[in-house]
Amino acid sequence: MSKKIAGPEIERLVQLLSRLPGLGPRSARKAALALLKRREELLVPLADALAVAVSSIVECPVCGSLDTVSPCTICRDDRRDKSVIVVVEEMGDLWALERAAVINASYHVLGGHLSPLDGIGPERLNIAKLVERTATGDVKEVILALNATVEGQSTAHYLTEQLAPAGVAVSRLAQGVPIGGELDYLDEGTLAAAIKARKRI
Amino acid sequence: MNWSDEGVILSVRAHGETAAVAEVLTRAHGRHLGLVHGGRSRKSRPVLQIGNHVDVTWKARLADHLGHMNVELIRGYAASAMEEPAALAGLTSLCTLARLLPERDPHPNLYEVTLFVLAYFDDVSVWPALLARWELALLDELGFGLDLTQCAATGGNDDLIYVSPKTGRAVSASAGEPYRDKLLALPQFLLPGRKAALAPGDVESSFVLTGHFLQTRVVHPRGDEMPESRSRMLSFLKRIDA
Repeated sequence: MSKKIAGPEIERLVQLLSRLPGLGPRSARKAALALLKRREELLVPLADALAVAVSSIVECPVCGSLDTVSPCTICRDDRRDKSVIVVVEEMGDLWALERAAVINASYHVLGGHLSPLDGIGPERLNIAKLVERTATGDVKEVILALNATVEGQSTAHYLTEQLAPAGVAVSRLAQGVPIGGELDYLDEGTLAAAIKARKRI
Repeated sequence: MNWSDEGVILSVRAHGETAAVAEVLTRAHGRHLGLVHGGRSRKSRPVLQIGNHVDVTWKARLADHLGHMNVELIRGYAASAMEEPAALAGLTSLCTLARLLPERDPHPNLYEVTLFVLAYFDDVSVWPALLARWELALLDELGFGLDLTQCAATGGNDDLIYVSPKTGRAVSASAGEPYRDKLLALPQFLLPGRKAALAPGDVESSFVLTGHFLQTRVVHPRGDEMPESRSRMLSFLKRIDA
């Protein structure tokens, strides 16, 4: 039987930290030790930040993303092109597009993709709200920025069907050779998509 | 324990942060699961898409363990089906239905048919009929094969145009005439040993036929529902026909 080396509060801290992505039990213990060592600089501000986050983070009623204000910062931003909606699966995808700063549009976060295997049907995704947003007539284009996986593309086809009555243009991200990618190392599916979507220069 | 085989990816589930549990329909080892280390990595994700044809190496300490799998791509069928909504729904339906097969029970004939169907998912004039034949083959492998060789009433093998929804046996036009409303249509291209051309409505009738027996004999008795992707595929196909 392993002996306990710390009180239940610290054990619980380690246990909770180990649930975070990228942290296993060992690295969680290291993180907990760092927090305990630097109580005033790290532990207390982190606890405060977490408490504030818990009480103030809300889901945006317009796009479904998470923020501390409602509607979210992106939906409030008047400089954004509201006639274009970029649909993403998760918040991480939205952040990736924002980091790249390649489009100045509004967003819609689905909260996942269709996955019959995991029992995730259309009713569990933020699809009804998207259909509602496009039905107002203010939206001209919906860009489906979904993963190039079977589930992601099944979701894209489903959304295309659902958005058809609104008459908005529906597009999706191109698929093919990534920047810096070498053909020799690409899988044949990517190569086939790249050949199909070739451009005249 | 270890073996090498080839197979078709049927499903992939995330396991922890980086690994995945893959379910593969292999030629000699049947439907088999295994843990793929790094299965959620950027390198492995294109390979671990359902419908892809792969080389598999499986290792475990004991035969009944989940074991570890190494998977290498042979042909990426998922990518070729992604463009077309009907083909993608068809591919998903095929992979979902193949999961009805018992685990670790080899079905080499069905495996060959599966590879054949997958190779045509980029040609909508071909794959729907092949998929209907595949469903017929699946029923056969599951022990609920239809007898389409002779008429259940007369024993003859001419003019077989119906199937009894109760017995799964073919019925000739004359014997079935009084019960035509209760019988299922038998498209001629499904008859064994005959190379009948596809007639309009044949693909739809064949999916009604196989769907009835899959649902009543296999899926419902297990307390499951038919895959939603199958009904999506049928509605896409109807639109293509229209």
